[in-house]
Amino acid sequence: MSNLLSVENLTMKFGGLTAIDDLSFDAKNNQITSIIGPNGAGKTTVFNCLTGFYKPTNGQMFLHKEESKISLRKYTDFKIAYVAKVARTFQNIRLFPAMSVLENLLVAQHNKLMVASGYSLYGLLNLKTYRDKEQLAVDKAKYWLDIIGLTHRADDNAGDLPYGDQRKLEIVRAMCIEPRLLCLDEPAAGLNPRESAELNKLLKFIKTEKQTGILLIEHDMSVVMGISDHVVVLNYGKKIFEGTADQTKNSKEVIEAYLGVDE
Amino acid sequence: MEKKDIIQSFKDSLFTGFIALALFGPIVGLRTASKGEGLFITPQWGVVFLLVGLCILGRFLINLNSARTTEFTIFSKLASKFSAITEDKAKHFAITAILFAVVFPFLPFTDRYFMDVAIMILTYIMLGWGLNIVVGLAGLLDLGYVAFYAVGAYSYALIATTFGWSFWICLPLAGLFAAFFGILLGFPVLRLRGDYLAIVTLGFGEIIRIILINWYEVTNGPDGITGIPRPSFFGLPFKRSPDEGETSFHLFFNLEYSTMHRIIFLYYLILVLALITNYFTLKIRKLPVGRAWEALREDEIACKSLGVNPTNTKLTAFAIGAMFGGFAGSFFATRQAFISPESFTFIESAIIVAIVVLGGMGSQTGVVLASIFLIGITEMFRDLEQYRMIAFGGAMVLIMVFKPKGILANRKPTILMHGDKK
Amino acid sequence: MEYFIQQLVNGITLGSIYGLIAIGYTMVYGIIGMINFAHGDIFMIGAFVALISFIIFGLTGVALPIILLLVLLIAMLFTACYGWTVEKLAYKPLRGSFRLAPLISALGMSIVLQNYVQVAQGARVKPMQPLISGGLEFFKNSEFIVTVSYLQIFIVILTIILMGIFTYLITKTDLGRAQRACEQDRTMTALLGINVDRTISITFIIGSSLASVAGMMFVLYYGVIDFYIGFLAGIKAFTAAVLGGIGSLPGAMLGGLLIGLIETMWSGYVSIEYKDVAAFSVLIIVLIFFPTGFLGKPDIEKV
Repeated sequence: MSNLLSVENLTMKFGGLTAIDDLSFDAKNNQITSIIGPNGAGKTTVFNCLTGFYKPTNGQMFLHKEESKISLRKYTDFKIAYVAKVARTFQNIRLFPAMSVLENLLVAQHNKLMVASGYSLYGLLNLKTYRDKEQLAVDKAKYWLDIIGLTHRADDNAGDLPYGDQRKLEIVRAMCIEPRLLCLDEPAAGLNPRESAELNKLLKFIKTEKQTGILLIEHDMSVVMGISDHVVVLNYGKKIFEGTADQTKNSKEVIEAYLGVDE
Repeated sequence: MEKKDIIQSFKDSLFTGFIALALFGPIVGLRTASKGEGLFITPQWGVVFLLVGLCILGRFLINLNSARTTEFTIFSKLASKFSAITEDKAKHFAITAILFAVVFPFLPFTDRYFMDVAIMILTYIMLGWGLNIVVGLAGLLDLGYVAFYAVGAYSYALIATTFGWSFWICLPLAGLFAAFFGILLGFPVLRLRGDYLAIVTLGFGEIIRIILINWYEVTNGPDGITGIPRPSFFGLPFKRSPDEGETSFHLFFNLEYSTMHRIIFLYYLILVLALITNYFTLKIRKLPVGRAWEALREDEIACKSLGVNPTNTKLTAFAIGAMFGGFAGSFFATRQAFISPESFTFIESAIIVAIVVLGGMGSQTGVVLASIFLIGITEMFRDLEQYRMIAFGGAMVLIMVFKPKGILANRKPTILMHGDKK
Repeated sequence: MEYFIQQLVNGITLGSIYGLIAIGYTMVYGIIGMINFAHGDIFMIGAFVALISFIIFGLTGVALPIILLLVLLIAMLFTACYGWTVEKLAYKPLRGSFRLAPLISALGMSIVLQNYVQVAQGARVKPMQPLISGGLEFFKNSEFIVTVSYLQIFIVILTIILMGIFTYLITKTDLGRAQRACEQDRTMTALLGINVDRTISITFIIGSSLASVAGMMFVLYYGVIDFYIGFLAGIKAFTAAVLGGIGSLPGAMLGGLLIGLIETMWSGYVSIEYKDVAAFSVLIIVLIFFPTGFLGKPDIEKV
């Protein structure tokens, strides 16, 4: 299986604090790679570097595309999603609460729809070419809503959904930009066991059906161990272990990092 | 209610009265007035005691009321009832309102004064709709909107007086100029946080005004520009005695000359301009760019994570809002035939923001109601100008406290998957 | 050179006034994260209370230092009431509302206060006879004589004294500690048993009192006020607060001095008609390129 993402010697410093220290790892296509570690290990910072919210102090991040590779450092802000096709979700859900579920999914297809609407010109003239493309976007939204079982709530405000549904909606919203890499920041936080299981199913579906690599930060070990193909363990910004889920479970370093060592 | 509660509320009311006395005592009670050389004090204790008494009474009543329910019930009940009515009937209301607006000039009681007020209300409605794109949809608080109004008015006046071009050429040019200024200002400032943006736009508005006052060579300073050409009815001027080789409106249609013709024409002109603004806004709200505006208002970081370019998106809102401000400005210039920087003070911006906020941000109907209410009704009490402004400001505070989303804040999705259920 | 020194003296005086107003902006911003748009009008009310008191005491013929002290205390007291009431009425109910709500409410409050004073006191400008006259003259032998008036000395010294008291209040007392705690995390502060509402109220009271002192200085310095002075002075003081780094108290004073100097230098050397443009341009430039100011903390975007 080919590499999708390679992170090389990534370092991020805030003033005197080193949040990520010389981190290197790879993530493969059609795999779920989990980043785990105790609180404050620097997991979210890795995401923020990858998705252009922070500019790393040092190191490189490459996204592989067939033979070529593009450097994520070159893209900041919205271009990460727009050009590099890296999508993400947030630890504390960031939907557009006062907009409907369907609208949330359409905003995710914004760039495509902008072109389709002739930068609003065709849209204002109400041309058929735009209406057709808008219908396609709605169909795509419906496709994803069917998968997470929220089609009946498409016209309700996203903010009115129950918490677990909001989590799922945020994930499929990210999928609507057709990402090559999907970064999920604690998607199972606050979910009950049944919802966690549904989440697992959804992530497996994305992995196998959508040819998208998933990078996952998670504390819920039932999720991590259940679906991860590869696990990277961080502590104090450093990588202390890397391997399959089973290997991780039995690793001495990992257990020490989580539970501490008897002196 | 128990006796203890009543005593408690009474004590509380007395405290309120004490504070009110401290507030009103010096400022209201000791009015300064110049007599000859210096300033003298004219006491006004009667007014102070009246105000303090009202505060005590008001506080006591609120206390009694809130002992039963936690909320300030009367107001919120009224507000929710109001929004419930209009939500159902928004469409009927819109159609009725437009029909009424169309026949208004020919109603028996409509006189010159009513027409002037109506034109003014419509100008504010148009400005409110223009600003609604920026504040209501894109969530960018623009406290310098009057700058674009001024740019539109001045560019119209300058182009029309210098080149003598007709209204229909100058109008789009003025709109474009205003949009250009919008982009010029927007580009550097739109990445700022919301409250900083508000202050920067305010500063920009003031800079434009100061430049208008001081740049004599072009703007004629505080004296303003006079002799701005009036619009003509497709080439037919509204004149009693047209120039040689010209046919005026009343001659062409074989009517008795009346100054009302021009007023009625101006009325329909601003009505059409305002309705175009409204139509455009309703339309663009349902397009991707309109949805992106609202999404940015909701959560900018989420927008970035979905690949929406925040600066460009905000810039379009800003420029389009500015353009409509510019159109309204041209209309203002041609209607008055005279403009000066005095018409473009910060308070104008504040009034337009108040209209948008009170109506319910993003609500088109709300802007209409707020304009009629704020401009129309208070126009009747023109002599009480300052009291009117106190009521303005007070209403802004009250709305924010009790109904922060505005009186009409029922947002309808821009697109439905299952169609209208009702 | 002499001209420059004269402008420097004038700038520092003006800067003291702006600095005192700026503290109110920066404190409120620090503690509840809002721009108190009505603060300029609180300053204006302070100026009016001071003016009224000056007229009253002027009739009694009490000695000048006592008048100054009394007016100072009266202005602080009554203006503080305004600051307190404005917070209770217009801002307190809005905590936790959407982010622009407090700003709009403050804008409304500003309009109310301005027009209220206009109604109560009339729209005409209010001139006052100068109370403190005379001054020291320097460079008597040169072409341009530099004058430092006693009034200017009074303003600067009073500012320094107030700053001293104020710094002590914030850094050394329980109140100051509570205030700084609220700035960091209001919920946690409340959980630790500190009365957050009271702390915020006191912040407004302090800010308004300092603004009223600035108002008194303004009356003395310019000798003429009207209901509209709060708007420009407020904007300039806000610029000062941002320039110094909003949230930082020494920053507010530093920013005030800088804005005072920029304004006087601009009027002295460039163009007096455009002196307000200078202030507004500084505001815009600082906010765009330099939003943390000199002594502010960087605002890291939390994701």
